[in-house]
Amino acid sequence: MSQMSERRKFILGTARAVGLAGIGALIWSSVLEESLHASLLLRPPGALEEKEFLKTCIKCGLCVSACPYDTLMLAAPGDKKPLGTPFFNARDIPCYMCEDIPCVPVCPTGALDEASVSEGDILAIAKARMGVAVVDPYACIAFWGIQCDACYRACPLLDEAIVLEYAKNERTGKHAFLKPVVVQDKCTGCGMCEHACITDKASIFVLPLDVGLGRAGDHYVKGWDKKDQQRVKNAQGGTTQTEISKQSALDSLNDDAGLFE
Amino acid sequence: MRYLIARRVSQIGILALYGAAHIWGLKILEGNLSSSLLLGSVPLSDPFAVLQMFVSGSIITMDIFLGALIITIFYGLVGGRMFCSWVCPVNMVTDAANFLRRKLGIAQVQKRVYMSRNIRFWILGLALVLSFLMGLSAFEFISPISILHRGLIFGMGFGFSVVLIIFFFDLLVHENGWCGYVCPLGGFYSLIGRFSFLRVRHNVDNCTECMQCKEVCPEKEVLFMVSKFSETVNMGACTNCARCIEVCGDDALNFSIRNYLN
Repeated sequence: MSQMSERRKFILGTARAVGLAGIGALIWSSVLEESLHASLLLRPPGALEEKEFLKTCIKCGLCVSACPYDTLMLAAPGDKKPLGTPFFNARDIPCYMCEDIPCVPVCPTGALDEASVSEGDILAIAKARMGVAVVDPYACIAFWGIQCDACYRACPLLDEAIVLEYAKNERTGKHAFLKPVVVQDKCTGCGMCEHACITDKASIFVLPLDVGLGRAGDHYVKGWDKKDQQRVKNAQGGTTQTEISKQSALDSLNDDAGLFE
Repeated sequence: MRYLIARRVSQIGILALYGAAHIWGLKILEGNLSSSLLLGSVPLSDPFAVLQMFVSGSIITMDIFLGALIITIFYGLVGGRMFCSWVCPVNMVTDAANFLRRKLGIAQVQKRVYMSRNIRFWILGLALVLSFLMGLSAFEFISPISILHRGLIFGMGFGFSVVLIIFFFDLLVHENGWCGYVCPLGGFYSLIGRFSFLRVRHNVDNCTECMQCKEVCPEKEVLFMVSKFSETVNMGACTNCARCIEVCGDDALNFSIRNYLN
């Protein structure tokens, strides 16, 4: 092999370094991408929306130390959650919804947003939206007709976030169902119900908002509800183009092209 | 030995204060090395973490901006890269690996692996690029320093595996491999601390050229002046660990204040 020129050496060396950095970047970003895809976790009260939260939380654990019930934990390797970020497991220890919310004001980065859990200048934990409770009506024994109101009684917003729906038990003809129903715009996601649930595996459990809630979209509106008009105020017009909607409805029906061949 | 003891007291003491704050609510030093609260009022934040947050597009609050500024000013003016050898808990792991490596004589049976000291700066750059592209603090989600430190205070999980990787990497693959070559936080502090005042000073008049200082130094390049001329150790990579001072039997190395005037 002939001697390489200095210029060629420099270019090759630079290319090699950039290539190595590229390998590193690919491995690193795929590790990050994977490790951040843990959607089933509950954040402390006042947490920003998940993507913003991951960006803003500095993982200092001040919220964890501030929690008087040891509810909050920092995700360690093996928890399969974004490393170092605070979360809680409602079945083990739920959020007890302290009135002075000690975990939120200590946050140095604003990842836990004090304003989102305040009414004016006063902290209001009932505004927290950590998740939403969901009932499995097939496992919940109240839906079987057996009397249980553990979740209803455990709820810190008694008779607000969980209400009991009465229905006649047709099987016996003389008993009532007392079915727990979650009022979604009151539920804070504290998980006291999940903690209190008496079934083997909780039949009422808290899911993160974006997992636990559906969305009707702008196509449907409650015509009988003035407030619901507001929801679709900013609805975008526009129609969907499909194979048969290219023509007008009448033309499409009358179109016999290819029908008699 | 006194500097070694002082370093261990500092490293373990800081951990103990964080631990006491978390377990007993002792409000001297709360939080962890990413961000903490000194005496319940003074914010202290990891400037590298805050820089990544800034690059990722997160809003920087006054608290962490001030915290990062305080830390930057302290290491920038006073300590240099002192974080690495006086605060960081990984130092105890790599020191242990290094100790064992020397005792077992692993270097004698091992083929020499070449690594560049600049790897850490590439990783540092990558951390910022990835933070920008992915919109999150890239290094903070994988940092073994945070995993170990957080783990000791808040619960370890499987974090020990990461610590073991570093231990065996330093023991079997490369001397001082993690702290001296790979760790971007060390690289970051060596950039911040390059102009700081507290420095080791070499006095060539006392030097007997035994070269024991270069033997123990984890960043050997910084001691290039030993046996040649008297000067303070000015390179940012020096962690002020004082191992060279302790090993020198001839009083040719000592802490001193850097003199910018001549």
